[in-house]
Amino acid sequence: MNPEVVAAATGMATTGEQVAFWILGPLALLGAVGMIFAKNAVHSALWLVLTMLSVGCMYLAQGAQFLGFVQIIVYTGAIMMLFLFVLMLTGRESGDSVIESLRGQRVAALLVGIGFVGLLVSGLVHAVTGVEPVGLAAATAERGEMGSIANSLFTTFLFPFELTSALLITAAVGAMVLAHVEKRPGEKRSQLKMVNARMRSGRMSPLPGPGVFATSSSNATPALLPDGSVAPESVSSLVDQYESQDVARRHREGAELTALESIEHPHHAELEGRHRS
Amino acid sequence: MNPDYYLVLSALLFGIGAVGVLVRRNAIVVFMCIELMLNAVNLSFVTFSRINGNLDGVVMAFFVMVVAAAEVVVGLAIIMSIFRSRRSASIDDANLLKY
Repeated sequence: MNPEVVAAATGMATTGEQVAFWILGPLALLGAVGMIFAKNAVHSALWLVLTMLSVGCMYLAQGAQFLGFVQIIVYTGAIMMLFLFVLMLTGRESGDSVIESLRGQRVAALLVGIGFVGLLVSGLVHAVTGVEPVGLAAATAERGEMGSIANSLFTTFLFPFELTSALLITAAVGAMVLAHVEKRPGEKRSQLKMVNARMRSGRMSPLPGPGVFATSSSNATPALLPDGSVAPESVSSLVDQYESQDVARRHREGAELTALESIEHPHHAELEGRHRS
Repeated sequence: MNPDYYLVLSALLFGIGAVGVLVRRNAIVVFMCIELMLNAVNLSFVTFSRINGNLDGVVMAFFVMVVAAAEVVVGLAIIMSIFRSRRSASIDDANLLKY
C-alpha cells in the first residue's frame, strides 16, 4: 500500500492537500483582512467572495465535496449576490463614517480580537494534540458521500431538517413584510398638486445640468454659476462631492473667468446697435 | 500534516470577523463580517468531522448554512427598511427602535 492511500485512510493530509492548504489559507486570510480594510462596501463584498471561494475549495480538499459545492453555489452565488443587490439599492450614501464615536474603540477591538484568537488557538491546540484524525473515508465507504449525508439527514437529524423548512418560510415571509412598501391607490399625486408643490418649493426651475459640454466630458464636472462659483446641485448625488469639487478646481485653474465675460459676442453687438438706433 | 492547521485558520478567520464587527460602521459590512464568522465556524465543523470520522459535522455545517441564508434575508430586509426611513446604513445612526 502506498503512503498516500494510508494517509487518506487515517485522515492525515496528503502532500497535494498541504500544497492546496498553503495556497488557499493565505488567500482566505487576505480576503478577510481586505474586507475589513476596504473603504468601499462593494470592494468588501468582493474580498469576502475570495475568502468564501477559498474556504469552499478547502472543503473539497478535506473530502466534503458536496458541502464544498454547496458553499460555492449558496454562499458566493446566492448570498453574496444578495449583498451586492442591497449595496446597489442603498447606493453610495451608505458609505462608512470615519468618525470614531467611542474613543480608542479600534485599538480596544484589535486587542480583544488578538486575545480572543490566542485563547481559541491555545485551547484548540491543547485539545487536539495527540488526537489521531480518523478521516471520512470509513464513514462514507458504504454509501458514498451523498448517501451518507442523506442517511444521517433523514434519520438522525430529521426533526431539525423539518424545522429548517419552517425557518426558511418564516424568513421569506418576514423579508417580504419588511421590504414591502404600502401604497394606497388614492394617494397618487395629481398634476395640480405637483405644480403647487413645485411653486411653493424654493426652486421652480429644474436642477441645472452638469458642466459636461462646456469644459469636459465627465459628468462629475459641476456647472459654474455666473459669478464663477460651483453649483453643487448640478452634480448627481451619486457622484462623490469631493471628486466633483476636485474636477471643478482643475478646470478653473488656468481659466481666466474675466476673459469669458469680456468676449465680444456678435449677436450681442447687433442687439446693442439696434437698441441704440 | 495534521488537519489542526484548518482549525487554526478558522480561529483566525473568526477573530478577523469579530474585529470587523466591532470596528466597521456600515451595517452591510458588519453583516458581511458575521457571514465570515459563520464560514469560519463551518470550516471548523468540517475539520472536526474529518478528525472524528463521522459526518455529523458536515450535516451541522448544512444547518449553519440554512440559518445563515435565513438570517441574511431578514437582516438585509431590516437594513433596507431602516435605510428607507433614515437614508443611512450606518449603525451609529440607528439608535432608536422607533422612527
